[in-house]
Formats: sequence, C-alpha cells, structure tokens
Amino acid sequence: MTTPENYTRPAVAVHWLIAILVLVALPLGYYMTDLSLSPRKLQLISWHKWIGFTVLLLFIPRVIVRLTRRVPAPVTTMPGWQRTIASITHVALYALMVAVPATGWLMSSAKGFPVVYLGLVPLPDLVGKDEALGNLLKSTHEVLTSGLLILVGLHIAAALKHHIIDRDETLARMVPLLKR
Amino acid sequence: MKHNRILAAALVSLALPFAGAHAAQAAGVFDQVQPAKNRIDFVFKQMNVPVNGYFKKAKVDLAFDPAAPAKSTVRLDLDLASIDAGSSDANTEVVGKPWFDVKAFPTATFVSSSVKPLGGDRYEMTGKLTIKGKTRDVTTPVTVKQNGNTATFDGAFTLKRLEFAIGDGTWSDTSIVADEVKVSFHVEAVKQ
Repeated sequence: MTTPENYTRPAVAVHWLIAILVLVALPLGYYMTDLSLSPRKLQLISWHKWIGFTVLLLFIPRVIVRLTRRVPAPVTTMPGWQRTIASITHVALYALMVAVPATGWLMSSAKGFPVVYLGLVPLPDLVGKDEALGNLLKSTHEVLTSGLLILVGLHIAAALKHHIIDRDETLARMVPLLKR
Repeated sequence: MKHNRILAAALVSLALPFAGAHAAQAAGVFDQVQPAKNRIDFVFKQMNVPVNGYFKKAKVDLAFDPAAPAKSTVRLDLDLASIDAGSSDANTEVVGKPWFDVKAFPTATFVSSSVKPLGGDRYEMTGKLTIKGKTRDVTTPVTVKQNGNTATFDGAFTLKRLEFAIGDGTWSDTSIVADEVKVSFHVEAVKQ
C-alpha cells in the first residue's frame, strides 16, 4: 500500500474542528480565571466547560480516523531528529487533548459544580465534592494546560516553518487550499 | 379471697407506675430543639448546574404537640453570614450588598402562622419568611417522625430569590442564576 500525499478529508475536518475549539478554550480559560465573580464569569466558565467536553467527545472520532485511515509520511527532506520530535509532539498532543478536558471535568466535580453539557445534559460526577482534591485537580489542569499551550505553539511554529522556510508540503497536506 | 385481693392490689400498684409512665410518653410537647442536629440546606441552579449550599447557624424554636398539631408553632432565626454557597468565591460574594447584604440584614426569620394536618405524619405549614427586609408568605410540607422522646421534622419548599431581592442588579439575570431556590430543612426536638 502506498502512503497518501494528503490527510483524508475526515482527518482534516476533525483536526481543524478540534484546533478551533482548543484555540478558543485556551484563552477563554486563562481570561475567565482572573475575572472576579460575576454573571459573565459564570457564563464563560460554562462555555469553557462545554467546549472542553466537546473536545473530549471529538477525541473518539479523531482516534478512529487516525487508526483507520492512512496518514501521509513526513516529507523526505526532513531530518530524523525532526521526525522523532514531530512524532513525540503528536502523541503528547493526543494525550493532552484527553487529559486537559478530563482533569477540568474532574476538577469541576470535586469543587462541587457538576458539568451540565450545553446546559442540557448533566454529566456524571466521577469524584465527589472534596476541596483538597479539587485544588489538586485544579493545579493538574493548569499544569497540563501549560503543557498543551507549549505543544500547540511548537506544533504551529513547526507547521509554519515547514511552509514558509522549508517551503515543503507539510502544512498543505492538512490545508488542501495551500496546495502548490 | 383475702389473699387474692391483696395480690390484686399488689399487682395494680406494681402496674400503675408503668401505666403512668406510658401516658406521660404518649402526651407531651416536643419543644427542646437539638441545635446540633438542625440542617438548613438549599439548591440553586447556575447555568442549569445544580449547586448545593447550607447555613451553618440556625436558631429554631418550636413546639409540636402530637395531640394538637394545629397549635404547633415554629420560629427560625437564620444567621445569613453563616452561609456556605458552594465555594469560597461564592461565600464572599453572597454576603455582599447585591445578595443578602448581611451588614444591614444579618438575620432571616420564619414565623409560622398555621399548621394543618394532612393525614399520617404529614403536615402543611404556612408562615411569614423575612429576608433582606422583605416578608413573603411561604407554605411548606413537613413530615414529622416520632421516635420515643425525639421527633424529626423534614420538609422542602421552593422560593423565588428575586422576591426577596437576593441577587440584585446584574445578578438578577435568571438565565445565569435561576430565580427558584429549593430550600430543605431537618430539625430535631425532644420533649421534656
């Protein structure tokens, strides 16, 4: 079997859908945390949780697509160490795509605020209300989020470097519009 | 014959104190409230998320006579500053002016005006609830369970926070914090 030149349509779709959600949830999370308590803050926190849970839900089709569709091989001009870093980054991004929303959900439960997805579907509390656990999960959520932020930055920087400096097809495989 | 009469008298004199004790247990008014056993809980919804809270300090005076339940009286003095509204952020917020304004209104009160037996151990209590200087009539079902010298009183009702101006100004948006607040209570009292 030959490796395709581009990512498949489902892979492109789910990548960008999650990318947009993550790029909204990240700044929203940092911004809302520093607000003093207000109706606006409560609204933003709910939206942040809904986006996070959507990312968690989308992880399922994402993994299915990743495991069932062939992915293009890295461009041949890429040195081995870069391939290794790219692979590690991708695996870590997948892990954090689950771990960050999951710790957010657990933290919410532990702090005594169940998540009601879209204001309609109450999610189960996987842990009971527990202040110490809530604070621990909050720190975990924050540390993992910092990790996600760094990796997303690295991922975007690498994609742009491939496109602008190396002028190869790496980014275009995920952005069909950029095909040269 | 004479022996029998003496025996009968002896039996009666033995039994009498028990009969008396039994009568004393059946009658009596439950009015010794056990403060440590009291619970005043509430649930409100923010963005449709149920959030639990409670008050740590509540003074309850009540008198419940099972023989004349309609004559029962209840008075509640609730220390609003003792609120736990679910998080430290919320606890700081809700004592402030837009919410309970505890500096001006430290106490909420409930004074019963009528108690109606609904059959069995169920009653309906009506009274005046005063929070933040605003008084409204509230009605709540109460279930009374007697166990020896102890009686427990449990019930729940829903109030509308905006009728008491709890959460004024920007907080009056009920799409963020719902108007309805479900209040539940548990009180225990023993009789003298």
